[in-house]
Amino acid sequence: MMQTLYDKLWSQHVVHAESDDPNSMTLIYIDRHLVHEVTSPQAFESLRLAGRKPWRLNSILAVADHNVPTTDRSHGIHDPVSRLQVDTLDQNCDELGITEFKMNDMRQGIVHVIGPEQGATLPGMTVVCGDSHTSTHGAFGCLAFGIGTSEVEHVLATQCLLMKKSKTMQISVEGELGRGITAKDIALAIIGEIGTAGGTGYAIEFTGSAIRALSMEGRMTLCNMAIEAGARAGMVAVDDTTINYIKGRPFAPQDELWDKAVAYWRTLHSDADAVFDRTVKLDAVQIKPQVTWGTSPEMVTTIDGSVPDPSHIADEVKRHDMEQALNYMGLRPNTPIQQIMLDKIFIGSCTNSRIEDLRAAAQIVNGKHIAANIKQALVVPGSGLVKKQAEQEGLDQVFLAAGFEWREPGCSMCLAMNDDRLTAGERCASTSNRNFEGRQGPGGRTHLVSPAMAAAAAIAGHFVDVREIQQQS
Amino acid sequence: MNKFHTFTGLVAPLDRANVDTDAIIPKQFLKSIKRSGFGQNLFDEWRYLDHGERGMDSSKRVLNSEFVLNQARYSGVEILLARANFGCGSSREHAPWSLQDFGFRVIIAPSFADIFFNNCFKIGLLPIILDSGTVDYLFDEVKSIDGYRLTVDLHNQLITTAKNEVFNFAVDAFRKHCLLNGLDEIGLTLQHAEKIRQFEQKRRNEQPWLFA
Repeated sequence: MMQTLYDKLWSQHVVHAESDDPNSMTLIYIDRHLVHEVTSPQAFESLRLAGRKPWRLNSILAVADHNVPTTDRSHGIHDPVSRLQVDTLDQNCDELGITEFKMNDMRQGIVHVIGPEQGATLPGMTVVCGDSHTSTHGAFGCLAFGIGTSEVEHVLATQCLLMKKSKTMQISVEGELGRGITAKDIALAIIGEIGTAGGTGYAIEFTGSAIRALSMEGRMTLCNMAIEAGARAGMVAVDDTTINYIKGRPFAPQDELWDKAVAYWRTLHSDADAVFDRTVKLDAVQIKPQVTWGTSPEMVTTIDGSVPDPSHIADEVKRHDMEQALNYMGLRPNTPIQQIMLDKIFIGSCTNSRIEDLRAAAQIVNGKHIAANIKQALVVPGSGLVKKQAEQEGLDQVFLAAGFEWREPGCSMCLAMNDDRLTAGERCASTSNRNFEGRQGPGGRTHLVSPAMAAAAAIAGHFVDVREIQQQS
Repeated sequence: MNKFHTFTGLVAPLDRANVDTDAIIPKQFLKSIKRSGFGQNLFDEWRYLDHGERGMDSSKRVLNSEFVLNQARYSGVEILLARANFGCGSSREHAPWSLQDFGFRVIIAPSFADIFFNNCFKIGLLPIILDSGTVDYLFDEVKSIDGYRLTVDLHNQLITTAKNEVFNFAVDAFRKHCLLNGLDEIGLTLQHAEKIRQFEQKRRNEQPWLFA
């Protein structure tokens, strides 16, 4: 029988099924468990109280990313509450013998950046983490999804999870992307199309020539945002791009094991005639730079668009939501997107903090300076190794000369659990993944864009069409 | 986990779609390393007019009198009536913890985000999906009738109104079994420990690079 990639990954991991009914709860084996400091302390505590031990230590890789400062770390973490959470992770890992990249380790970074960077994320794996953006790792042809703290404990104790099989959705993007259009624009265009609940209950596979042409960084950006479309998992089939990325990374197999692994990984794609429960098609040529205007990622339009007008919306609940969003965002209906003035710029997060993202942003700002109305522009690399690579390429100097701040790696202003945040009313062009109320700080106003678009907005002080900037240069 | 018993509880309406887990419990409260005490900061940015931080005495904070849960008629609420895609966004289990800590035992919505939905069952909070027509009807009722209550019977998968209207709801048999009996899922899974070990050994033989 023809199988989708998801079907293959699922059937490879079934330990026990209560019945033949495909909708019954199934015990699924977990290959890789990534752990961070925010969603794990209660799981470790419960595990300890129950007198249990982690089932398989070498499946676990831990890192603190949400609470860590992105400024000088030589004096530790200033906020005692953040410090306690990071210390708790350190203690749990030390006590149990779990591999952890501590705050001052060069390999520390955002959990969804370091997993792939280290080769700890491999095709064919099940990858979980107490973090919804675990979908990122699906870029490698693995089944990766976010879990809650009770499930973190469950995986620690049993190396398994009880779950139901998802429906499958294929999102096919055919054709060639226009110049200046990135994976972030594809992701936001998809969410604009199917909505933030469009993927609920589904595992999404991204297919088509535009996806095949994406780098691993681009595929990670896309799969990262699958959760913003409501899908717990997003994935891309394995190809040469995947295999070339993994080769030589610290946790990747070597020598004869490498060959054996690659032979298996080559089978990780949907069969030609596999049937998906739902298929969505996008034309790559039609995708323009995207900018969100509201408080949900589906509230998105194109750079040549305008803020929508609630009075044109017939559905009462939708109109009400739109009015609430515009009120929170401090935006008037029908305002052209390019007239929206900004206060802050954030380039970072598990969506867009990899080397390719920093290169794209640096290319735009090179030789220019941020506009006078921009109070702060942050670049937060996704990991210590991304930071080092960028510095070797001189990108830090490009950003610093342009008036950006060059920070230490972490989640930073994506969710503002550390000191990096918006104050009430501040408006930010952000390369992160969520524009929810208060996400980047209480009262803060977030517009989601690609790194190139955020960089261009920093220079102009308002949103501009990155395609026009690139034509000039 | 406590056993889920049939109960009749007061209902409060939260009339907006796509309520995300950042709204349910803002990030500054996730720094706790405990599971309890989140209820006072449930919907913090909507519930209070001042900015909340951990450790503040919530009895001294400025309440937003317009927010639904601050209205006297909803004091003692146990059932939340919500709109589509409730619980979207972050996987934080702190969201169901805070709803439960506040006193909620059931959430009714036309749809839920996957991770949130799953997280609720793990702690004995019951998310119920009803069709949007029924949810619209319940919104009208709860807004117009003071002290509007519903009876939730998980065993028979029924919701009953004071007027004796009855709505059926679906729930996964395994999850229902766990809720009704207050079972520990980890304990249940460990009953399959031998099977897990066999699976793992086979996997180790076939794909040894996964175990390096």
